[in-house]
Amino acid sequence: MPTLTIDGQEVTVDAGTTVIQAAEQIGINIPRYCYHPGLSLAGRCRMCLVEIETFPNLQIACYTRAQDEMVVSTTSERVLSARQSMLEFLLSNHPLDCPVCDQSGECDLQNFYMDHGQYQSRFLENKVKKKKAFPIGPHVILDQERCILCTRCVRFTEEVSKSNELGVFNRGSRSVIDLYPTKSLDNPYSGNVIDICPVGALTEREFRFKCRVWYLASQESICTGCSRGCNISLDYNGSRRAYKAGGRRVMRIKPRYNPDINKWWICDEGRFGYGFIDTDRIETPMQRTTSDLEPSDWDPALARVAETVKAAYSEKGANGVGVIVSPQLSNEELLACRELFVEKMKLTNVAALNPWEEPGEADDFLRNADRNPNTKGVEDLGYSGDAKAVLEKAAEGEIEVLIIFRHNLADGEAGKLLEKAKFVVYVGTNWNATAERAHVVLPGATHAEKDGTFTNFEGRVQRFKQALLPIGDSRNDSQIISEMAAKLGYSLPASADEIFEAWKGISLDELSGSGSSVDPDTAVQA
Amino acid sequence: MAIKVEEKQLTLLERLYVLEVVRGIALTTGHFFRNMAVHIARLFGLAKDKKGSTTFQYPEERRPLAPRLRTLHRLTRREDGAPRCVACMMCETVCPAHCISIVAGEHPNPLIEKYPTRFDIDLGLCVFCGYCVEACPEDAIRMDTGVLEFTSFSREGMVYDLNKLLARSETPKPNEESKVKTA
Ligand code: SF4
Ligand code: SF4
Ligand code: SF4
Repeated sequence: MPTLTIDGQEVTVDAGTTVIQAAEQIGINIPRYCYHPGLSLAGRCRMCLVEIETFPNLQIACYTRAQDEMVVSTTSERVLSARQSMLEFLLSNHPLDCPVCDQSGECDLQNFYMDHGQYQSRFLENKVKKKKAFPIGPHVILDQERCILCTRCVRFTEEVSKSNELGVFNRGSRSVIDLYPTKSLDNPYSGNVIDICPVGALTEREFRFKCRVWYLASQESICTGCSRGCNISLDYNGSRRAYKAGGRRVMRIKPRYNPDINKWWICDEGRFGYGFIDTDRIETPMQRTTSDLEPSDWDPALARVAETVKAAYSEKGANGVGVIVSPQLSNEELLACRELFVEKMKLTNVAALNPWEEPGEADDFLRNADRNPNTKGVEDLGYSGDAKAVLEKAAEGEIEVLIIFRHNLADGEAGKLLEKAKFVVYVGTNWNATAERAHVVLPGATHAEKDGTFTNFEGRVQRFKQALLPIGDSRNDSQIISEMAAKLGYSLPASADEIFEAWKGISLDELSGSGSSVDPDTAVQA
Repeated sequence: MAIKVEEKQLTLLERLYVLEVVRGIALTTGHFFRNMAVHIARLFGLAKDKKGSTTFQYPEERRPLAPRLRTLHRLTRREDGAPRCVACMMCETVCPAHCISIVAGEHPNPLIEKYPTRFDIDLGLCVFCGYCVEACPEDAIRMDTGVLEFTSFSREGMVYDLNKLLARSETPKPNEESKVKTA
């Protein structure tokens, strides 16, 4: 356990810790480009030079191991002038692209130059011209002129995605990052290179020019792409008029560091799979009057559901109503459903999982085959049985009213069964074939529009926070359930916070802090 | 922080009203006769160093504008006639009235890269501060048209789009600056 002094502060660190990490532990952020905690050390950029007593030359903090009695300065005159010189080198061939560069506003070259820049250019020579703005994969655009050759992207494809698409070609000032011949940056984690590129050399094709980064607001959330539950930030259009980006609100998704789950990374499906939040949404409740679905207000739609449910209930008792909840719902919504349908109404036909669902692609890094964020939550909260049995009963006419949350059950075998169901209520966010054939459609909110928790496949209960208002007339599902309950003569809490507190004994805010997760083996458990 | 304004108390004579009215009439009449005297004197070639006040016969006659006066915006052009603007949104960001709205697109030429597919200024909101001109790194927006009359019967008519903003700019010849189109 070496103890060293950094800028006059003493710190004791584990053996093997580097100076840059030791400095981070006491809140000193040494400027860096090539160093990334998730990648191997390269020592290329020379930006993290520090002065260490007894060493004649400046040392790079990312590569130097902390030793006992080391005295490090990160702010001495020599260090500052070294930083200035390094920036001068890096910028000698860097184009003045900031006005058209998407990274501008979150660019480390800009940021460090503001602190350590030379401001007066001494460079009289012509800049080396390289290839600008060309796609290197389905999601990424490369601008070789902007690259500062930190090789983070190369190391990522070598060490994390292990797909080896990128490399450094040529020498000296003519070095460029490029694809190896015949390759394309199309691995399932390719989007991460955009995040780790400290400058605007790698930009996101989906996000390009949609929005300036300083207009973005950000909220902590959980990816709903699979049962891994990667921690993400939802970046949404916070301050600009809606006609930008065609009314799209969520502009991009970035991974949020969580050492236990996704570290710094997320997969491309999760990163680019936010389209459903703003497209094809069900915006108002709908009722089938004669043959067509027509927009309706909440009150009559809910009243119709309640009436039909009551009629079925008085005719056939607890067997007359079937409910299929979904692993897309949050724990709080599942709890509300359980309380209303299982505990209060004592329904016998309650299912959750869709046996026909196509599994997604899985690998040994992040992606799980289960495409639902909350399958574990469904299991933990005691839902068993799958949709098939319930659908069959609905087709046979045993179940009079079928309430379906989220699932699309209109294809193939399920579709044939669903066709015969007498009265279908669909509670969901987006239009699909099931919604189109339902008798009453109630619009729910996506995870971007509500608060709640998902339980990932390891049993971590993780919080996602509300970023946006529910689109159109749609409502948060626990509110829908609570209102439906009121019409049926029960009283249920509507807010996720209340439900969570009753469940775990702590408030949602206490759970999250930074939106962190609860380990299944510690403290709070179901 | 609010500024406290001292209210001036009127004296008794001022409150009596009539005397103040008479003083006001005397002041205007004084100016009238003084001006008339100067104009008559100048008619006969006298009092060359004095200047009587004049009235511009607007709209036939216009006041000369100072060259730096901030007037109606225009977007300048490249040599091929396209807008110089690269849709960096600096002007949109700095605009205190939030009246500029730009939508950016991907330009086929990677050396230009970004260009505005929409550029709207709502002149009904604009406060003519000129910050947009200051912020622009490309000299793409200017307020030098000298046009002060841009009225409209509707609010929508006050929104100037890309074409309207470009209409007052000449396409520059090589090595020349984009100039205001005259007439
Ligand atoms: S493209 Fe970005 S991440 Fe890759 S070497 Fe260049 S600057 Fe570094
Ligand atoms: S003059 Fe001022 S208020 Fe008007 S568009 Fe420019 S920045 Fe906005
Ligand atoms: S600041 Fe200039 S270049 Fe940038 S968007 Fe405005 S007009 Fe266009």
